[in-house]
Amino acid sequence: MGKRIGLEVSLSAAEAVKMANVDCIAAYPITPQTHIVEHLSELVNDGELDAEFIPVESEHSAMSVSAGASAVGARAFTCTSSQGLSLMNEIVHIVASMRLPVVMILANRSMSGPISIWNDHTDVMSIRDCGWIQVFANNGQEVFDHVLFGYKVAESQGVMLPLIINIDGFILTHVIEPIEFWEKEQVEQYLPDFEPIHTLHPDRPVTMGGVGMPYVFSEAKVAQDEPLKQSKSVIISAWKELGDIVGRYYSPIETYRSGDAETLFITQGSYGETVSLVVDELRDEGKSVGLVMDRLWRPFPFDEFREATGQTRNLIIIDRAISYGGQGGPLAIDIRSALYKEKNQPNITNFICGLAGRDVTIDDFKNIYHKAMQKVKKHPREEDFEYYGVRGK
Amino acid sequence: MTKTRQDLAWQELEIGATLITPGNSCEYKSGDWRSIRPVVDNKKCVRCGTCYIFCPDAAIHETEEGFFEADLYYCKGCGICANECPTQAIEMVEEEE
Repeated sequence: MGKRIGLEVSLSAAEAVKMANVDCIAAYPITPQTHIVEHLSELVNDGELDAEFIPVESEHSAMSVSAGASAVGARAFTCTSSQGLSLMNEIVHIVASMRLPVVMILANRSMSGPISIWNDHTDVMSIRDCGWIQVFANNGQEVFDHVLFGYKVAESQGVMLPLIINIDGFILTHVIEPIEFWEKEQVEQYLPDFEPIHTLHPDRPVTMGGVGMPYVFSEAKVAQDEPLKQSKSVIISAWKELGDIVGRYYSPIETYRSGDAETLFITQGSYGETVSLVVDELRDEGKSVGLVMDRLWRPFPFDEFREATGQTRNLIIIDRAISYGGQGGPLAIDIRSALYKEKNQPNITNFICGLAGRDVTIDDFKNIYHKAMQKVKKHPREEDFEYYGVRGK
Repeated sequence: MTKTRQDLAWQELEIGATLITPGNSCEYKSGDWRSIRPVVDNKKCVRCGTCYIFCPDAAIHETEEGFFEADLYYCKGCGICANECPTQAIEMVEEEE
């Protein structure tokens, strides 16, 4: 077992990137991602990590450099938040279509405006459909583990897709948590060298990212989506292998006291830990409540959600992003679709909360629970979601 | 019979739609874009080669007799050759078929 130390989650994430022995780090600093990149620059400067650290002039360049590095066969890492993600948007899509296994940590922060540096999930949801594998971390240990998991999955021969690790800005990035490091031998056992299928090399000329005429574009898109869908089996086996090595077992969704629950909270990211405490307190009050935490966001774990929620009467879906003019938050929209054909459809209530870092406390989640119990009596329609705690609503 | 690119199923594409045969852009029939085609009147042509120089697609070549003609596989029918010809030897005519 590796040593367990108290460390800021951002610094431990950088240490995990070091353990993954990346070849190229191209990033531009943006709050709340900054500490990750700062620490990586120190590790490279101090000779602890033998990698190219490229301090690019923008996030568009950060992702472009990562694409180029990955295309020549280097293991590439980048990291950003909100507006930075927007600026790199063009290349984010292209990296997926070119099947380049770049790993990115996204320190989740609101999309402006109004200008905000604080945490919610509006940034990642803006690129939900970019074709990357996307996972959410609940805590610092999961961030550390998922950096190594990220390269393992992304670089698998049948996958070869980029991967985003979502970590809540400030709530995770800036807190000190006990982190269990991996032993070097454990990393070597888990993570093989990157073996690209095609590389840019003068001796073997290829064209990557060429034009796709209408007669081939749709086929190219299916050839991109199918391996993303099929990556789920690789993801599950990579989690199993990770568990066998370090003793922490992960799954596409994680449940807490959900088996017999009449009502389930559904969360993404660090709110899972808060709500697990809420579940305990509500259980103590005699309420039949449980929790389902979504860890794998893309490919969406349809089967796992159906299995976990199929026998439940009520779902309370917590979203931290908005589909303006739509049917609530992105998580609720997907889960509603996943359950549409089910015989025993649960009552679904959807709350959008915690935007731009507004605190959502245990008492708030209890309040949400009681509101949801009132709402389900009125048979809410899909567009009847609630912005929780908004004055004047 | 080998499949053309138009026939490939999604499973048959290289990963990331990578092109592994260098220089294959010459297979692309840009002549498909054409709606008008250059017709040269060799009686007016002074074999100066202006059309050859100006053709943006390098679709015009010199014949053995020293005249110039467009390769209709690539010629997009832009009409620059007709516009530049000092003796108005090139006429752009409608493609009717």
